[in-house]
Amino acid sequence: MQHAARLRLALLLSWPTLTLLGLVAIPALLLIRISIAPRDPSGMWSPGFTLHAYRALMEPELLGALLDSVEMAVVVAAISLGLGFPLTYLITRMRRGQQVVWLVFLLTTLSLSDVLIAFSWQVMLSKRIGLSNVFVALGLMDAPASLTPSSGAVIACLVYLVLPFTVLTLFPVLSRLKTDVIEAARTLGASPLRAFTSVVVPLTRGPAMIAFLMAAILTVGAYVPPLVLGRPQHWPMAVLIGSTALAGHDLPRASAMSIFLLGATILLAILTARVARGRRRA
Amino acid sequence: MIKAAGKFLFLALLAIFLAAPLVVVAGVSFNGTQRMNFPPQNVSLVWYRAFFSDPAWMSAFSLSLIVAALASLAAGSIALPVAYAIWKHRSRMALFLEFVARISFLLPSIVLSIVFLVFWSWLGHVGRIEDTILSHAVVFVTLPLATIGLGFRSVDWALVEAARTMGAREGDVLRTVVRPIVMPYVISGLVFVFILSLNEYIIAYMVAGFEVETLPIKVFNNLRMGFQPTMCVGAVLFMALGVFAFSAVALIGDLPKLLGGNRAQ
Repeated sequence: MQHAARLRLALLLSWPTLTLLGLVAIPALLLIRISIAPRDPSGMWSPGFTLHAYRALMEPELLGALLDSVEMAVVVAAISLGLGFPLTYLITRMRRGQQVVWLVFLLTTLSLSDVLIAFSWQVMLSKRIGLSNVFVALGLMDAPASLTPSSGAVIACLVYLVLPFTVLTLFPVLSRLKTDVIEAARTLGASPLRAFTSVVVPLTRGPAMIAFLMAAILTVGAYVPPLVLGRPQHWPMAVLIGSTALAGHDLPRASAMSIFLLGATILLAILTARVARGRRRA
Repeated sequence: MIKAAGKFLFLALLAIFLAAPLVVVAGVSFNGTQRMNFPPQNVSLVWYRAFFSDPAWMSAFSLSLIVAALASLAAGSIALPVAYAIWKHRSRMALFLEFVARISFLLPSIVLSIVFLVFWSWLGHVGRIEDTILSHAVVFVTLPLATIGLGFRSVDWALVEAARTMGAREGDVLRTVVRPIVMPYVISGLVFVFILSLNEYIIAYMVAGFEVETLPIKVFNNLRMGFQPTMCVGAVLFMALGVFAFSAVALIGDLPKLLGGNRAQ
């Protein structure tokens, strides 16, 4: 490339470089630095070095919260994939107009604030007008009751939040999936289940894994739904990080907890990738 | 026959699951009384009037709109040069920046919010509206990057060559050939950032939640004090904005294609 052209390119990329490196890369490094800094009573941190925040991570309460986070992530991701996969497949086979309606609908729910969705679920599960009244009418319950706080409420709300992301992740691959391949397998005598496992699964394994991971990451990072709909004794890591930073004014500790949570998320990602790959070999 | 019925039942149940919370909240917002009723009783717009005449709600609402509009413009100003450099020059730096943008979108949101909280405190620049705007811009920039990249890739090189052969200079080509093709993709990318920023809570709260009280933050703060029908009005407003914005995207562009679809039939 000529000198002038290179200069122009550098100039063109200067603003994106400044913002992306300045606001993402540097702050991420800063997070690591703060996590090993001593706490300052003013709510910030002071210069120096200590592993105090990391030592505090070994408390059983925090380890339990981390386990809760990971368990919830796996459950929500599995449910979302189980529902999202067939849903996406059916959407990709619809007529164009219907497809657009579903996509606009999903994008709208996707973009709605988790605050508004958690609030909606709280109203939906309330004793006064909530779902329990429907259950009473159906004879499934004796009297209306509040269905929150409970783990079920948190999981329902999280599946609601995550499902549109699952669909949008699977949409490209499933809309490219040719129906003739499946039909060919069926003509050759494969049962529907076998056609699915031997034709559809290998073709969509990668995106399905990404959809699973995306759902897991969104769940791990979710702060509002467990806070509004969950039981305090089951508060996941995200809620504890938030309260450590906001109510506890302990940024070093919140940073260390964030790194801890991130580490667990990466571990989960590696495990998921290994499971997805392991099945291919079998 | 059974298969079709099963398909329909599955889709209907999921549609109900997705619509129910929205329908209930929208219904409650039309109640004539302070109490939470569904279906609404004494249907009226009294809470809408209350919402629009309450300066606190209106300021949160307009603040949200300002943050979202500026965040989407900032994200566009970052995404457009990067997408262009990737398309035109296969620039390694631009590809690296695209990677950074993708990572920042993929981090768990609670972790991101702590990252930004620490960063703005470190700068000593706390509680300003520009903190919220820039934080949202870099978190969501990967979306316009993806849509604009798709736009550039859909420019047919033969078209560019033809324009050049006919004597068009680089600037002319960009203005007359490339811009009209890429523009809808830029706009849809900006719409995505606008709507997501409008609704984002935890980062906005951590970065400047006390000073820059956007609508989701105000709803959350009120949530802890108990039920108010005006909260439902805020939720309905945001739903309407979402439906409107994405329908507009579907109208000006090819929504299935924008989302990566390509019907192979």
